Amino acid sequence: MATKIGTAAPSPGDEKPTASLSKQEVMRYSRHLIMPEVGMEGQLRIKQAKVLCIGTGGLGAPLGLYLAAAGVGRIGLVDFDVVDTTNLQRQVLFGTSDVGRPKTEAAAERLRNLNPEIQIETFDTHLTSANALELFKDYDIIVDGTDNFPTRYLVNDACVITGKPNVYGSIFRFEGQITVFGYPGGPCYRCLYPEPPPPGLVPSCAEGGVLGVLPGIVGTIQAAETLKLIIGKGAPLIGRLLLFDALAMKFRELKLRKNPECPVCGEHPTQTKLIDYAEFCGIRGEEGPGTVTNVPEITPKELKTRLDRGDDIYVLDVREPHEYQICNINGHLIPLGELSQRVHELDSSREIVAHCKSGKRSAEAVEFLRGAGFRKVSSLKGGILAWSDQVDPSVPKY
Amino acid sequence: MAVKVIIPTPLRAYAGKQESVEVQAGTVGEALAALTGKFADLKKHLFSDDGRLRSFVNVYVNDEDIRYLQKDQTAVKAGDTISIVPSIAGGAHERANR
Repeated sequence: MATKIGTAAPSPGDEKPTASLSKQEVMRYSRHLIMPEVGMEGQLRIKQAKVLCIGTGGLGAPLGLYLAAAGVGRIGLVDFDVVDTTNLQRQVLFGTSDVGRPKTEAAAERLRNLNPEIQIETFDTHLTSANALELFKDYDIIVDGTDNFPTRYLVNDACVITGKPNVYGSIFRFEGQITVFGYPGGPCYRCLYPEPPPPGLVPSCAEGGVLGVLPGIVGTIQAAETLKLIIGKGAPLIGRLLLFDALAMKFRELKLRKNPECPVCGEHPTQTKLIDYAEFCGIRGEEGPGTVTNVPEITPKELKTRLDRGDDIYVLDVREPHEYQICNINGHLIPLGELSQRVHELDSSREIVAHCKSGKRSAEAVEFLRGAGFRKVSSLKGGILAWSDQVDPSVPKY
Repeated sequence: MAVKVIIPTPLRAYAGKQESVEVQAGTVGEALAALTGKFADLKKHLFSDDGRLRSFVNVYVNDEDIRYLQKDQTAVKAGDTISIVPSIAGGAHERANR
């Protein structure tokens, strides 16, 4: 048993830390201890803090690493996913040998190796309306590093209901948004965005992707905000939305106000319980957001057979130019976003097969073209991914 | 008056891939009308069918949310910056591209 060395100085009017640091901990955290903004008292607060990280992906990776390194006494990790190869470009918690492992398991192992002095709790599960309040109960601060609207609204509402601050970060390509929601008196996510985008209007996934280092920067800012809340120092991002653009390398700051009419945190809340967030976000059943159904489809095999026998089929690729560079099947490229202006390039008397990566954008394209009077138009079922699986395995999947 | 409208990454595809667009306007409403006049595809991303700003899109003049100013009647002067800030959800892992 290590000798207890440090004890906290009493801080008037505040919950005072009661733990102490071992000799090894004093050594480990010495660069914190020698700065007055943290010091022994701050480090003991960090040691007593309990932080729940929702998501152990791009944002959760730097967040988990820095919180563990800083000595946050209990870190909870919630994720249902397993590590896959495409994660490694940015999820620096994981190595190549972790591919296929549950993320929480691989993350916990890495964090325990980084700092054996702390407790890591793992929850290899989806965060749901049924388990969120119970999970949040045992933690002081919740950090939202998820990737979808239903979970973001769930995290927000559960934070407001349980009175826990929500350190929020989200990213898109090379742009990030960071703030602290749910702090007593401060705004919540619903004050900023009362409703999620309806399915289909979510900015196209074709425009998706993310600069690998971006979640590193945004997740690290979330870690900094979390530590500031724990030690009670500095100016937290409460009521301020920090926007970061990695391409321009610019930070901007916007004012966030608490909406007195907010249905969750306002003066007269109309929602005091968790709801069905998939329904709230307009997502039902197995259908992903924005799924267009009931358009004519053609299977990759059928298309191949018909092209091989010389049928006059015009293959229209509605992906983005940079996707075309990764792989293509010699289609005529018109990105979905440009289709409305470039529809004159198409001959409505010819048979057209539209394809994209997995079939969703091409379904939208077919729906649009049918609305524009095209009759002989269908969507390649499963997109170029299915083409790679079923027709030509030399086409790389991305 | 010339004001700058900053286009967020997710909407740049509908605004000629530009990061910002300069428009002539005296109010936020005029600026957004000028913008969607230039880029028709932006319209459905910013406004619902009844012409109201969508609830997942916020508009700021400099660092102030127009919902707490005079909404689309908020006056703008030369040199002001209008920011369009939609909600983005990415973080843990990207869903497979469609």
